[in-house]
Amino acid sequence: MSSAATITAQKLGRSFGATAAVRDINFSIQRGEIFGFAGPDGAGKTTVMRMLAGVLRPDSGSIAVEGIDVIANPEAAKSKLSYMPQRFGLYEDLTVAENIFFYAELFSVPRKLRRARAGELLEAAGLTAFQQRLAGQLSGGMKQKLGLVCALIHTPSVLLLDEPTTGVDPVSRRDFWAILYNLRESGVTIVLSTAYMDEAERCSRLALMHAGKIHYCDTPARLKQAMPGMLLAITAADPRAVRAALADAPGVLGLLLMGDRVNVRVDDAARRAPELRAKLDARNIAFTGINRIEPAIEDVFVALVGGGAPA
Amino acid sequence: MNPRRILAIAYKETLQVWRDPRSLAIALLMPLMQMVLLGYGISLDIKHVPLCLYDQENSQTSREMLQDFTASGWFKTAAILGSNRAVRAAMDNATCIGALVIPVNFSRVLAQTGQAQVQAVFDGTDANTTNIATGYAQGVIAQTAATFARRWDAQHGVRPPTAGSINLQSRVWYNETLDSRNFIIPGVVAIILALVGAQLTSLTVAREWERGTMEQLISTPVTSTELLIGKLSPYFLIGLLDAAFCLLTAAFWFQVPFRGSVLTLILTTALFGIVVMGIGYLLSVRIHNQLGASQIALMLTMLPIAMLSGYTFPLDQMPAAIRAISFLVYARYYVTLLRDEFLKGSSLAEMASSIAALLAYAVAVLWLAARAFRKRLD
Repeated sequence: MSSAATITAQKLGRSFGATAAVRDINFSIQRGEIFGFAGPDGAGKTTVMRMLAGVLRPDSGSIAVEGIDVIANPEAAKSKLSYMPQRFGLYEDLTVAENIFFYAELFSVPRKLRRARAGELLEAAGLTAFQQRLAGQLSGGMKQKLGLVCALIHTPSVLLLDEPTTGVDPVSRRDFWAILYNLRESGVTIVLSTAYMDEAERCSRLALMHAGKIHYCDTPARLKQAMPGMLLAITAADPRAVRAALADAPGVLGLLLMGDRVNVRVDDAARRAPELRAKLDARNIAFTGINRIEPAIEDVFVALVGGGAPA
Repeated sequence: MNPRRILAIAYKETLQVWRDPRSLAIALLMPLMQMVLLGYGISLDIKHVPLCLYDQENSQTSREMLQDFTASGWFKTAAILGSNRAVRAAMDNATCIGALVIPVNFSRVLAQTGQAQVQAVFDGTDANTTNIATGYAQGVIAQTAATFARRWDAQHGVRPPTAGSINLQSRVWYNETLDSRNFIIPGVVAIILALVGAQLTSLTVAREWERGTMEQLISTPVTSTELLIGKLSPYFLIGLLDAAFCLLTAAFWFQVPFRGSVLTLILTTALFGIVVMGIGYLLSVRIHNQLGASQIALMLTMLPIAMLSGYTFPLDQMPAAIRAISFLVYARYYVTLLRDEFLKGSSLAEMASSIAALLAYAVAVLWLAARAFRKRLD
């Protein structure tokens, strides 16, 4: 991985009316990274992606992609990058093959190369058998994979994906990520946004966004280290009761409901675990176990950024 | 400009029209429907005007006069009446829109003096029809009078004292049979092209915004000029096909005489097509939803063109202010050109000003359309 930054953004800002969607953010992305913007809906992820793609003008700040000033010269930048919007952007009344052909032509992919490349990408996406199907008749996951095929047909050096796996089934999502990892091997820089924290974990570097700002930006591992405190998972039949009972217990820094368990962030796991156990027993709240766990990105996000936890 | 991108867009657009029943209906069915509806539905000719007859004399001469009226084809006998009161009643209840009253001493006065009077009464509610019917009535009477005059000559050997010293020999040029269809059909062709062209192209960009395909499209290196040319060219070809259909129907089905040059016809039609489609495209770029764009396209084309293109309502009869506005209605130039080409067979020089006006329109519209499209979401 070379250390040259492929994308740099400085003091990037954009408002819609009175609402500041993105506020003075800075980041730089290295070649070959899978860089993620993670945050809840309304954090400003889509606005950032659109500005990077050159389809939305920032109010302030600067963006450079591969050394090209995107604001001054968006058209030059567009030939270097591929952008997949959050909403399916392909033609539902065209077939899979017709959509791919259209985007190949728009990017002037040499004809000989086009066939071979389309074949490879379709194979990787598992869409080879569906070439004659209208895009509108594909499942959500297949649509996203077709979007990816169209975005990759011209071998971009930067790939921008806005919430690419929203509404995609787990199998398709796995295929999707397999393609992304392969791309990364070949040196493509991938920038994506996601509201799924489990997905954010797959990125090589992550910007945690909330209310138009990047609060933390680092590798998932280092973000986890940066989380203050330790995590205890308490599994219980009624996790809400557990959360209510422990909300103001000493040493508890935060609580996060996770299905049938509560993740309790405490200052010192060894010291607090017996205390919490005693407190639950005293209140007669049944639970099956208290275990120290490694934090997931979701825990880190809530601990570092606070506010509403993303999905 | 990259020809590959233009072709790709044109091909994609063609596939989409082909698969979109709504666009296909506008492209193929609308011209047929309109041609039948407007071609047959609108006629300024008035035939078989219902006429009541009140013959007070009932002589051979008076019956001859009435016979001429019914034989002319302009009038048909609605009722034969016997009193002035009955005439009024028939006009009131719209049994007829005109009545011919022949006075009781008609043939006697005619025989003695060589002059006689008949009375024609018309219902003026529909002033236009009445005007035309009055004109027809005068024509019929003039003919009958001529017959009577010849007969007088034969009987008396001299001309009747006042029978015309000036004899009008009128001839109508360009539309010899004075068939209003010859005048209207070329206008109908212009209306159909304007309507179909603007409707089709008004959907093309709006559709991309509405379906969410625009965001990805503008993230590619395609330029707004490439998009304009790529998107308009399939519709332009469809428009030319529609034009060919309409013009051939006009010439062969409706038998409108064609006296101009086919090449000029094709060129001016193409020019008009560019204007019409450019306007639709311009609307489509500005209004990001299909329904809105097509509604406005309909409003902007149908009403001004129907009223101010001169296709039915003569422009030179309008107040100066309205006539001034009509110069903005691009269809008026094409309507004029079509009539020149069909009926007059005018030379290029004679049509130069109309062609220049259309050309100016085409250039302006395309320039605006190319500039109006911004490759940005905001």
